[in-house]
Formats: sequence, structure tokens, C-alpha cells
Amino acid sequence: MSSESLREKYGETLVKLGEKYNDIVVLDADLSSSTKTATFGKKFPDRFFNMGISEQSMVSSAAGLALSGKRVFVSTFAVFLMRTYEQIRQSICYNNVNVKFVVTHAGITVGEDGATHQIVEDVGIMSGLPNMKVIVPVDSIETQSVLEYLTENTTTPYYVRLSREKFPVLNEPDYKYTEGKSVTFRDGKDLTIFANGVMVSFALQAAEELRTHGIDVRVINLSTVKPIDRDSIIKAAKETGKIVTAEEHSIYNGIGSRVCEVVSEEYPAIVKRLGMRDTFGKSGKSWELFDYFHMGVQDIVKLGLECFREDKK
Amino acid sequence: MTEQADLMIFEKAREARKLIIEMVYSANSGHPGGSLSIIDILADLYFREMNIDPTNPNDPNRDRLIMSKGHASPALYSILSLRGFFPKELLMGFRKLNSKLEGHVHRGVPGVESSTGSLGQGLGVAVGMALAGKIDKAKYTVYAIIGDGEIEEGSVWESFMAGFKYSLSNLIVILDKNNVQLDGFTKDIMPMGDIGAKVRSFGWNVFEINGHNIHEISETIQKAKNKKDGPNLIIANTVKGKGVSYMENNPKYHGSPPANQSEYEKALKDIKEMTA
Repeated sequence: MSSESLREKYGETLVKLGEKYNDIVVLDADLSSSTKTATFGKKFPDRFFNMGISEQSMVSSAAGLALSGKRVFVSTFAVFLMRTYEQIRQSICYNNVNVKFVVTHAGITVGEDGATHQIVEDVGIMSGLPNMKVIVPVDSIETQSVLEYLTENTTTPYYVRLSREKFPVLNEPDYKYTEGKSVTFRDGKDLTIFANGVMVSFALQAAEELRTHGIDVRVINLSTVKPIDRDSIIKAAKETGKIVTAEEHSIYNGIGSRVCEVVSEEYPAIVKRLGMRDTFGKSGKSWELFDYFHMGVQDIVKLGLECFREDKK
Repeated sequence: MTEQADLMIFEKAREARKLIIEMVYSANSGHPGGSLSIIDILADLYFREMNIDPTNPNDPNRDRLIMSKGHASPALYSILSLRGFFPKELLMGFRKLNSKLEGHVHRGVPGVESSTGSLGQGLGVAVGMALAGKIDKAKYTVYAIIGDGEIEEGSVWESFMAGFKYSLSNLIVILDKNNVQLDGFTKDIMPMGDIGAKVRSFGWNVFEINGHNIHEISETIQKAKNKKDGPNLIIANTVKGKGVSYMENNPKYHGSPPANQSEYEKALKDIKEMTA
């Protein structure tokens, strides 16, 4: 399985979209060479604004540009955007304007930079905002499709969460993103694993291993966190009865919480959540950290087996 | 202040002052102090300086105004209504359920460009609009009204930096320097020293005026408009609660309406007796 950088894909796609639509403007806060918006900046210097290390004014000005009819992209590291929660709340979401936050370096795959830079709360923070929609793409192909879809079909705020690390490419090149629709990567009848971002590839590996235990696993990419695909969650609860969620995020307020909300309202089922358990991250190699925080393939397998152990009680 | 045009603006401001008091008294809440301090400037902007058309509020060439101090909603709403953006009857729905006139400035109201209320954001929004104007080589001017308590927010200074970086000559910011904020006098809560010198050191053109002298307001806005370089800040020295004797310079009336019928009547009487 090959891996590709989501943020590189973001930079490339932004340039293509910029060629097509001259009302696209891009703002960054001194991280454009890392978020890859610098590529757009070089090509379209008049439509690129490096606002310096000033995220609050960057977000407010993004609102002003959108209110003036521009399609606005705003980028920085996920963790630093969070300091502008209130600007996003009032100037972007309450105004309900066309601003897309495409953030990079989310989650623990930031690696060596450590806890200060590894945000695992952002999906929850953004999901709570009225008018805001939240997407966590699984790979570079979905990233590109999401960006095209958002540019061409939407005029409201979105939060798109990308990583520093390259992620395995799971989609076919012709894949097209559909908002609010999850994607089943593997069907199964005994257990469903809902995952997004890099955790989908982990879930697929875990599913293979669970098969050796005689468990037939369904794996679903829940890249749209908001609006969540309620139908596929209810269907999984009805058909497989048991659910595991896996995300590179806190178990609070991400897809783990959302899946629990849906099943408890609609069709109660066992749900086991995998993610960061109310803790900060840590310096280390990205892929080591998953084992350190019990978020590796084997941990998903373990949770899957636990669902069945409790069944026998 | 003898010119006929100035007197016309003064009378519009008087009408708006009356509406401000009626609105906050009817709602039994709201912010009269900072509405009365900025109202002369708003009256001049909306009745003389700004290129706007109430029958075409989305005209792409219109001038824009961001009321960053969104608690001065009674001031903006009353002026917009007087200018013809919506019927005066709607004003008495202010702060009440099923009215568009939210407690703080709300974009759903005709003529309002952006929702505000949480301080420190409007200047950034105005910077964004001015950037858009530059990209589009548009002729419009962007105005932002900020408060002197508001500039305690660090985000305002981030936006001062951005305004300088992008030489936003199409941006005119008016600072309503009424010296009072919710908890007391600005000099006690967070002394800012020489604001003009500070902003000038950020690379801005800075003007200083009496914010209740209609003629001076207009003259200075024209001066700022004619500047070819950089963004502009007009520091308007104002009186919190201007026009209502017991509200003037009294922090209590930052966020409290007239307490009873006699205070209400006194306020209207004071406004009626104001002289140009």
C-alpha cells in the first residue's frame, strides 16, 4: 500500500482550483511552507495573505473577505487555529460565511514536536459550532475530492483536518466524496469498525486479523464527522450489533461520541471506543505513539474481541 | 457649527438619540452609554459621507461599515432605520423574541454588514473587506467603529499590524474614545497611555477630533479619505452617555437603561434640549 501526503495534495489542489476560480483567496499564519499553501502563494501572490503569527486577525479578516464575495481558505496547524474559537464562532459561523479551514498537523502524527503541537480535541471543538461542518479525510485522494466538492458546491464554513504524516492511499483514483455519506471499505456481519483519517488503514489490518478469530468485520470510513451518517450507524447496530470506533483524536466528542449518541438514541448496541483517553500527546516517532497510547492495530483487535467476550457473560 | 448641512446631521443624531433611549427602555436592557457617544459620528457617516443606498443594500460598490463595538447596536439600528433600511416600528422589537434586532449587532438586519458583539473582531473583518476591495480594485471605503475599552483586546493590535502591511488606504477606523468601560474608567481598568502615538508607531495615519463636533467629524473623514497612503485611524474624543445628563461619564450606564419612568422622561427631555 503506497502512502501520500494529504497536505501536499492540498497545496496542489489549491493551485488547480485557484487557476479555475479567480475569487479564491488563501490566508496563512507563518506556516505556509508546512501547510503547503505557499505553493498557492507563489502562483497567486495577489490572492495570498500571510498574516503573520496572528491567527485571531487572520480568522476575522477571512470573514471580511468572505463577506465581500471571496471563496476563502484558511490554513495553519490545527492546534493554533483553536485559539481563534471565538472568532470562528462569531465572525465565521454566526455570519455563516464561505470560509474553509484546512488545517494540518492534527493529532499525534505530528510526532517529535510533542504534546504542545498534538491536538486531539479539535474535532469536538469544531463540531459543537452551529453552521460548522467537519471532515477528516482518509487519504490524499479523498482530500482532493473534498476540496473540489467544497469549492464547487458549498458556501458555508467547513473544518477539514489534515495530518503532517503521509497516510496510506485507500481510495481508487476516481473516488468522489459525498458529504454526509460514509464509505464501506469492507463488508462484514459480526462487528463494525467506524474509523476516519489514518485509523481506517489500521482498522482494515485489524479486520484481517479478527477474521482469523472467526469474526467477520465491516470497516467504514466516517470521514464526515458532521453531518454524521446516521443511517450507516443504525444499519451497523442492527446488522452487526457490535461497534468499535477508532480515531486519532480524543474519545470525547469525536466519532466515538457521535456513534454512541446515534446508537443510544436509535438502536442501542455495544460500542467500544479507541482514541486518546483524556490525555495529552507526547514526543516520539508518529507510528510509535500509536502503540504507546494503545491505539495500534493490536489494540483495535483487542477491543473487537472484547465485544464478544462481554457477549458471553 | 452653523452650516445647514451640519445642523441637519445634528437633528438626525438627536432623533437617533431619542430612539436609543426608547429602545433600551422598552427592552429594559441594552447599552445606552456607548450608543450615545458614537451617534453623532454614525449620523454623519450614514447621512453624508457613505455611498449607500437603502433600496440596494447589497450593491457591490457600496461603502461598508463594521460596528466592532457591537453593544452599540441601538445606535446602529436607529441610524439604519432613520436612513431607510427598515421601518422605524421594528426598532421597538429590540432584544425581544421574534425580532431580528438581536441584543448585539446582527447581520440579519438590513444594512448590517457583519455580526459583532464579542469585542476585538470587527477591525479584522474590516481589514478583510478592505483587502477584498484592493483585490477587486473597487472604489469603496471600509469603515470600522471600535471602542477604547475594546482595544484592550490583543487581536485589535494584530489587525493594526495587518492594516499597515497591506497599506489599506481604503480603510478608515474610528475609535470612540469615551474613556469608560463596563467596570469603570479605562484609565483605571487598563491604562493605554498615548493611543495615537501607539497606533502611529504601527504605521497608521492618525487624526484626533471632538467626536461630537459634526463639522470636525466630516472634515476629518474627508481628510482621511483623501490620504493616498496607509490605513487611517480617527481618535474621536467623546462623552459616554452624551446628551443625557445623568448618563454622561457614568459607567453605570454602559449597560443599563433608564431605571424608571422619571429617568426615562428626564433622558428624553435632556435630548430635546440639546443645542448644536
